[in-house]
Amino acid sequence: MSQHTSALAIETAGLVKTFGETRAVDGVDLAVPAGTVYGVLGPNGAGKTTTVKMLATLLRPDGGEAHVFGHDVVREADEVRGRVSLTGQYASVDEDLTGTENLVLLGRLLGHHKKAARERAGRLLEAFGLSEAAARQVKHYSGGMRRRIDIAASILNTPDLLFLDEPTTGLDPRSRNQVWDIVRAVVAQGTTVLLTTQYLDEADQLASRIAVIDHGKVIAEGTKGELKASVGAGTVHLRLRDSGRRPEAAEILRRSLDARVQLEPDPVALSARLGSATGDTAAEQASRALAELARTGITVDNFSLGQPSLDEVFLALTGHPTDDTDDTDAEEMAA
Amino acid sequence: MSTVTQPHDRAAKDLAPVSAESLAALLVTGERPPRPSALSASLTFGWRAILKIKHVPEQLFDVTAFPIMMVLMYTYLFGGALAGSPKEYIQFLLPGILVMSVVMITMYTGVSVNTDIEKGVFDRFRSLPIWRPSTMVGYLLGDALRYTIASVVMLTVGVILGYRPDGGVGGVLAGIALLVVFSFAFSWIWTMFGLLLRTEKSVMGVSMMVIFPLTFLSNVFVDPRTMPGWLQAFVNNSPITHLSSAVRELMAGDWPADEIAWSLGWAGLFVAVFGPVTMRLYNRK
Repeated sequence: MSQHTSALAIETAGLVKTFGETRAVDGVDLAVPAGTVYGVLGPNGAGKTTTVKMLATLLRPDGGEAHVFGHDVVREADEVRGRVSLTGQYASVDEDLTGTENLVLLGRLLGHHKKAARERAGRLLEAFGLSEAAARQVKHYSGGMRRRIDIAASILNTPDLLFLDEPTTGLDPRSRNQVWDIVRAVVAQGTTVLLTTQYLDEADQLASRIAVIDHGKVIAEGTKGELKASVGAGTVHLRLRDSGRRPEAAEILRRSLDARVQLEPDPVALSARLGSATGDTAAEQASRALAELARTGITVDNFSLGQPSLDEVFLALTGHPTDDTDDTDAEEMAA
Repeated sequence: MSTVTQPHDRAAKDLAPVSAESLAALLVTGERPPRPSALSASLTFGWRAILKIKHVPEQLFDVTAFPIMMVLMYTYLFGGALAGSPKEYIQFLLPGILVMSVVMITMYTGVSVNTDIEKGVFDRFRSLPIWRPSTMVGYLLGDALRYTIASVVMLTVGVILGYRPDGGVGGVLAGIALLVVFSFAFSWIWTMFGLLLRTEKSVMGVSMMVIFPLTFLSNVFVDPRTMPGWLQAFVNNSPITHLSSAVRELMAGDWPADEIAWSLGWAGLFVAVFGPVTMRLYNRK
């Protein structure tokens, strides 16, 4: 054990990794508090996996420093390896072996005696609902089962820090929810989780703090609330009865709210992104706008107030949308 | 080709739910045992290699069918011409062809390292707090088993064809032991190439370039005294010549101390040179 005790599970400063001409990771600073789920959000090729690999001692950084529980990932790699576990983008288990064999193999490598390794493998398979598939080769597992055996392998010895690199990529929604449940159970026991994802709702669901990463750089960092607030208080969506009065309504919104108004493809619909400069909540601003519209005699058929989604956050930060296609809508609040 | 995610509808439906309580209990009780020793970790990886043989027994083809073919082919091809009859030739040939075949089989190590290293499981192995070379040593321990199988198969065929080792069981076992030890050491060349080269095909190509001249330019088939001087100089100093002389004489009941020393010396050199290079590549991969 090192003398240095730290409340941070991960601390990096100016972390750099280059592959030829490409700076895959270009000066990443992270501070991950212990005992939380920390989300690293970014599109494909943003440098998420490379960052995780450096933190898990699989890649040597070309610049900067990284400490895991106070241990340098290069100089004290062995110390770090003793405390972390990694579940990679692709199943990090041996596909030729059965579920049981995989877990017993890793149990033995972690220092368990044969009997203890077998027992723990059996209990893990049971907890993960894989008892029936225990004697089958992993190559015959479904995508959801692979993820489970993979995570089971990662928590054979309860790690202090668990890296989950895009744990739900390619999973159907049900399996995805099950993986989320597992992550919550793991964190509830005190393990720190570093989760990389390109799914905005995944970070939203699991992480307490999020770093948004693009082209190898952290472009924003904070709690979910802070990130959302950084792009404004929310968005108000309106449907008018009379499409002819839309330009007028847009003008009123612009004037009364100092908001960015967007005309939707639907001729009666428009939306306004609310600012947070005034300090008023989104609801206060929205009711003021509705009152203005009512005074002018514009009839509003339908109205909803949306929290800013991480999607909007991403768009605002990077200037380009994520390639994510199936993200969920903002949480809608019926008026 | 194995697909990464292949949704099995049936399997997904049958999948039992995750039990959060038993999971929580497991995480809490998780005690952390002391790290395994270098030997224990290596043996565990050796066990993995044996499990793979168990699940994919076809991979024993190269240590069964191939050696049988080698013995039959060379005994009957050269026997009459070189020694008067296949039966007489096999007394000379068998230990040599045994060495040649097993040394040839070692090159599959490179191919399996090359295909295996790309898989996600290697990331896990490399992030474990264990003695770093144990992954590679485990491979080679599994391969040592394959070499032993090949040796036993070839000796059986040889005995059927009329080979009678004067050294008896003891001499034969000593010969096999020396051969397996040498092959284990020699294989570090292949682990290096397996990590160094990008594709399976290039590993295969380079392996052939090394292995054919090295095994044929030796005293496996004929006495080097009939060769031109420059070739004798190479052949007489080749590790394969030393090894096959040692194995031949051990199986004939002699104790060729010099040749054994040369073979073990070469073996040590291979490990000393290619072991560290392999580990360097492995750590940098």
